[in-house]
Amino acid sequence: MIERIIIAGSGGQGVMLLGKVMAQAAMVEGKQVTWFPAYGPEVRGGTSHCMVTISDQEIGSPYITEADTLIILNQPSLEKFKGKLKRKGTLILNSSLAKIDPYTKMQVFSFPFTDIAMQIGNIKVANMAALGCFASAKKIIKVKNILKVFKSIAPAGNLEILRVNQQALEEGQKLNHG
Amino acid sequence: MEKIFKRSESLYDVATHYCPGCGHGIAHRLVAEVVDSLGIREKTIGVAPVGCAVVAYDYWNFDCSEAAHGRALAVATGIKRVRPEKIVFTYQGDGDLAAIGTNETIHAANRGENISVVFINNAVYGMTGGQLAPTTLLGQKTATSISGRTKKEHGYPLKISEMLALLPGVCYIERVSLENPQEVLKAKRAITQAFENQINNLGFSLVEILSPCPTYWGLSPKEALDWIKLVMRKEFPLGRIK
Amino acid sequence: MAKTKILLSGNEAIAQGAIQAGCSFYAGYPITPQNEIIAYMAKHMSVPSGIKGQAPRVFIQAESELAAINMVYGAAAAGARAMTSSSSPGISLKQEGISYIAGAQLPAVIVNIMRGGPGLGNIAPAQSDYFQATRGGGHGDYHVIVLAPASAQEAYDLTQIAFDLADKYRIPVMILGDGILGQMMEPVKLSAGKIKVNSVKNWALGGCQGRKPNIVKSFFLREGDLEEFNLRLQKNYQVIKQKEQRCESLFLSDAKVILVAYGTMARIAKSAMSQLRSEGKKIGLIRPISLWPFPQKSFQIKNSKVKYLVLELSYGQMLQDVQLAVNGRQQVEFLGRSGGGILSQEQIINKVKKLL
Repeated sequence: MIERIIIAGSGGQGVMLLGKVMAQAAMVEGKQVTWFPAYGPEVRGGTSHCMVTISDQEIGSPYITEADTLIILNQPSLEKFKGKLKRKGTLILNSSLAKIDPYTKMQVFSFPFTDIAMQIGNIKVANMAALGCFASAKKIIKVKNILKVFKSIAPAGNLEILRVNQQALEEGQKLNHG
Repeated sequence: MEKIFKRSESLYDVATHYCPGCGHGIAHRLVAEVVDSLGIREKTIGVAPVGCAVVAYDYWNFDCSEAAHGRALAVATGIKRVRPEKIVFTYQGDGDLAAIGTNETIHAANRGENISVVFINNAVYGMTGGQLAPTTLLGQKTATSISGRTKKEHGYPLKISEMLALLPGVCYIERVSLENPQEVLKAKRAITQAFENQINNLGFSLVEILSPCPTYWGLSPKEALDWIKLVMRKEFPLGRIK
Repeated sequence: MAKTKILLSGNEAIAQGAIQAGCSFYAGYPITPQNEIIAYMAKHMSVPSGIKGQAPRVFIQAESELAAINMVYGAAAAGARAMTSSSSPGISLKQEGISYIAGAQLPAVIVNIMRGGPGLGNIAPAQSDYFQATRGGGHGDYHVIVLAPASAQEAYDLTQIAFDLADKYRIPVMILGDGILGQMMEPVKLSAGKIKVNSVKNWALGGCQGRKPNIVKSFFLREGDLEEFNLRLQKNYQVIKQKEQRCESLFLSDAKVILVAYGTMARIAKSAMSQLRSEGKKIGLIRPISLWPFPQKSFQIKNSKVKYLVLELSYGQMLQDVQLAVNGRQQVEFLGRSGGGILSQEQIINKVKKLL
C-alpha cells in the first residue's frame, strides 16, 4: 500500500497542519510516512501546499509527482495541482471556495468545508472537516487515531480548541454517508 | 640591593621579534603586569589577532588562542560563553579590529559580551608592510597611500572607539598612549580597569592604545613618540570616552 | 504505537541529535532551508544539559556566518561540544573558519543543508556542494569528515556519531543534507540512553592552573614546522580513511547494474531499484553514508561486466570519487539534475533499462 496525498489551499487555511496531523496519525498506526512542505518565501497568503506519503513499506522520494489524492481548499490551488492527480484519482474539494467541472474523470468528494466550519463556530477548522472526509473516503487512517493526535498537540487546557477540531473532523467524516 | 622592578610571571623571558621602538612590547608587558597584579594568570585566556601581534602567545605565560584575521571577538565570545568564570581578553590591531573585523567588533560590543579588549592603534598595517589602515591619518603616507591619505580617495580616519561608545552594551572605553612613561602608567591603569570590569561582570570594556610604529612611520623611535603626542593625539584625543 | 517515536523534520532531527550528543554550544545565522535547526536550538538550548559540572548550554544567533563559525571555534577551543549550521551560500562564508578549525585540530560539527547554486541560486534541494565538502572547502591541505543522512532517523543518529568522531579525531565533521532532507518530516525513534560526553580534553583552554599554558593555533612560522604538522594531519586522515568508511550496500552479489547515490537521491534510487527488481531485473545499490572518507572498499567488485550508474542532484561530483574507486575496472555511467530539478524514479528506470 502506498498513498500519495497533496494538500493545498491558501496560506492561513491550515494546510500544513492538516498534513502534519495526517502524518502523525499514520505514524500512530505504525505506518511509514513522510510529510514534505513547500518551503518557499511565501509566509502568509498565496497558495500553500504540503505532500504526505503513507505506506507500509520504505518510502522513496517524499516529493510527489503524481498524487493518489488531492485535498484542495481553494480555487487557485485546484488550478495549480489538478494536473498532478493520477487518472481516476481522488479529489477532496472545498466547495465553499472552489468548483470543478462535474464531468471530470476524478473521483470527487466535494463538500463546503468552510461553511461547515463557520457553522461550528470557527472558520479555521475547515481543514479538519476535510481531513475527516479524507479519513472516511480512503480508509487509510482511523479517526480515533486522529483524535489521539489532537489530544497530543492541543494547547494544554484549551478544551474549546479540541472540541471544535473534533466536531469538524466528525462532521467531515459523516459527509460521505449523507 | 633592593629589587624594584622584575619581569612578570605572565611574561616569558624571550627575545622580542618586534622592531626597535615598537609599542607592542610595552603593551604586552602592561597586559602581563595587570594579569599578575589581579592574580588571574591561571584563569586568563587571551585571544591573539592576525597582525604584528599574531604570536603574542609566545610572550604570555597563560592560555591563549589564535583567531582568524578580524575574528578575535567572535572567538572570544565562544570561549567566554562556554567558560564564563574565566577572564577572556582580545588583543587586536587597527586592521584586525576596525577593518576586517568591524562587524565582529560592533556586534560583540553591542551584545555587551563580558570581555576586555586591548586595541592597538598605530595608524598603519605593520605586519604586511605598512599599508593604509582604517586609522591612518589624513595626509599620512603609507605603502598604499603613496601621496598621503586623502578624504576623497580613502575617507577619514575611523574612530571606532567613539562609535562603540554609542552602544548601550558597552561598559567602558578609554583611549591612552605610550608616548611617555606617565602615559604608559595611565595605560596600565586603563587596562586594569577593563579587566576589573570583567571580573565584576560589567560587560564590554575596551582600551585603545596609541602605539608607535617607527618602521612604517619612517621615523626614529624617539620621533615616533613625539609624533603620537604632536600629531596623532589631535585626531585621536586621549581620555575616557565612556 | 511505538511510544518513543516522534514526527521530526530532518532539520529538527539534526538539532535533537546534537542535543542528545551533549552539544553545549550552538551559533548560527538564518538561511533557508535550514532555519528549523536554528529555531529548534534557540528553543531547546536554554534547557540545562543535565551533565554534571557542565556550564549551561549556549545559543547565539550570530551577526554573520563568519562570526558563527568563529564562535564555534572559540567554544570548541574552550572544550565544548559545539555546532553551527547553514546552507550552501552560508557554508561558503564559513570556509575560512572551517580551515582554521581543521588547522587548530578542534572538534566541531557543521551542518550544510544544501540548496541550489552557484551564487544565491535558489532554495530548492541540491547536492552541488559535494566537491566543496569532500575536498576540504577552504584553503590548505585538510579534510573534514562528511556524513550524508538519507532520512530523519539517520540525520538524528549520524549527528550524534558526528560529535563522537569530531572528538575522537579532533577534526571538523560535516553533516551534508539537502533541502528535502531538511524539510521532510518522518517518524524518528529517539534514543533513551544517557548523554555520554568524553570531557577529557587536555589541550582545551580553561586557564593554566596546575599546568603549562595551552595554545590553540594553526600558525607555524618556523621553517619545517608546518610541514611536520601537516604530515601529522595526513597521518590522522589515513587512519580515518581506513576506519571510518560508512556505506549501505544492497544486492551487490547478483547485480548487473549498481546504482550509486547518497542522501535524498538514494531514497529515489532505492525505489527505482525495488521496482526494477520486482520486474526481475538484477539491480543493486551502493549508498555512501560517509562521503569523506569515501567508502572505496564497497567498490571492490570483480565482475568486469557490472555497470555503475551514479545518480546525483548535481552534474557529476561524487561521480569522480566513484570513478577513482572503480579505477577503470567497470563502466561508470551518470545521470543528474541540478538547480531544483529532482530525478524521478521513472527517469532512473529508463536509464537503467538502456544499460541492461
